[in-house]
Amino acid sequence: MSGLRDLYAQQFKTTFAAMLQYRASLVIWMIGHVLEPLVYLIVWSTVSTTGGGSVGDYTTRDFAAYFLVIMLVNHVTYTWIMYEYEYRVREGNLSFALLRPVHPIHADIADNVSSKLITLPFMLLIAFILALIFRPTFAIVPWAAAAFLPALLLAFLLRYLIEWTLALTAFWTTRVGAVNQTYFVAMLFLSGQMAPLSLFPMPIKIAATILPFRWMVSFPVELFLGQLTPVEAAEGILAQVLWVGIAFVLLRIVWRAGVRVYSAVGA
Amino acid sequence: MNYLRLVWAFFRIGVMSEAAYRINFFIQLFQSLLELAMSLAGLAVIFSYTNSLGGWSPDEVLALVGVYFLIGGIIGLVIQPGMEQLIEDVREGTLDFTLTKPEDAQLLVSLRQVDIWRLVDIVMGFGVLAAALLRLGAHVGTSQAAAFGIMLLAGAVIIYSFWLILATLSFWFVRVENILEIFQSMYEAGRWPISLYPGWLRFALTFIVPVAFAVTVPTEALTGRLSGTTLLGAVALSVVLLAVSRLIWLRGLRQYSGASA
Repeated sequence: MSGLRDLYAQQFKTTFAAMLQYRASLVIWMIGHVLEPLVYLIVWSTVSTTGGGSVGDYTTRDFAAYFLVIMLVNHVTYTWIMYEYEYRVREGNLSFALLRPVHPIHADIADNVSSKLITLPFMLLIAFILALIFRPTFAIVPWAAAAFLPALLLAFLLRYLIEWTLALTAFWTTRVGAVNQTYFVAMLFLSGQMAPLSLFPMPIKIAATILPFRWMVSFPVELFLGQLTPVEAAEGILAQVLWVGIAFVLLRIVWRAGVRVYSAVGA
Repeated sequence: MNYLRLVWAFFRIGVMSEAAYRINFFIQLFQSLLELAMSLAGLAVIFSYTNSLGGWSPDEVLALVGVYFLIGGIIGLVIQPGMEQLIEDVREGTLDFTLTKPEDAQLLVSLRQVDIWRLVDIVMGFGVLAAALLRLGAHVGTSQAAAFGIMLLAGAVIIYSFWLILATLSFWFVRVENILEIFQSMYEAGRWPISLYPGWLRFALTFIVPVAFAVTVPTEALTGRLSGTTLLGAVALSVVLLAVSRLIWLRGLRQYSGASA
């Protein structure tokens, strides 16, 4: 166990140094992460002001609060592992990771977390500035705000496991673009990034709840904004834990099968 | 005439090199349809709560989506592949092969790379646009159609010049492919009428990354919202940007020393 801790500590140091070198790409990711929720925030604010100040149970300022928190939660939970794997398998770089005595996912997680340690302060600053412009209203409920942290952590873990598994598609096909795009579209609608899930028609709401999407982004946001009852919150955490379990099993199966077909194409 | 022959030749090479990978056509078709479905579903959700978005009716926004696909298709068809190749050539020093050819080098780097499957987006864009116009029941007069054509051309020229300027920066800075990524995420904002955005963002999307001229302005021309001033302004901007990009290109070439060749 202490070996794994050392590994993480060391990986943090290396990625930290590497990330500081690739500042430009970090900035570019951040622009994308700010712009998308910002556009939907503006679209829904416009709809709300035209409709007399509210849509469903959201006022214009509620939309501002919702999309600013979505922006932060999405940033904390996002991964870029699909692009990474396509490259690793195509170029045969994965061979080096396979030679190491620990599962390669650990290095990837450390990589992800350390890059976010660098970007998160900036995202918080941007969120603060946008809050001054769009003036969101928050109705923070203390217990819900406390439950937000574990929910966010579970959301991160779930999204990480699922996207890491999805990235392994690269073992079977070199054309992962279509697979990724399908996933992104599902994410946009079902994880609440395009609009609060409560504004969607019933079938989409049900799909978002049964599938893992709501639990990866929308749920922590709803919790933070104080929209859930204690029972709903407990059910949500349970659903997250359940999905983390399923995703973990799935990852193991797909990884074993994938490594067997891997032939280090470009190496 | 010679230029047209060149365009045709590059296009034919593009078709021939891709004809062996016909599955790519279906993948592109799938991705484009998915993107379209996403746009339409998004509009459906939003317009279930309102019937006007910043003064634009649903069918007008639909026309905007059509133009968004159309211009996006043009960028993906020829502008982006050419510019990405240019950046790589400068870094690798392989631009030499292009410079030694007896044609204008800017023309060659701009046209030689064609991703023919992106024609799917262009066809789809025209389809969506036609559907929107039918639903609008708009009588598109000759003057409106002409204004639309001119604005589409001006928009394409502005976008091309903008990309060329960015790609030419690679003569001075080696790693610029990241800058192109910024354009992609900014272009997404063009899905919606620019008039929706607050002043500072509208300014950025008009003058820093000229998405407004590429998507919103041509659509406005078609739906008869365009003022003569904007029309003249867009044409003037396209001419100025084209000249500026040419100047920067020429300066950049002088900088080029064939790094690793």
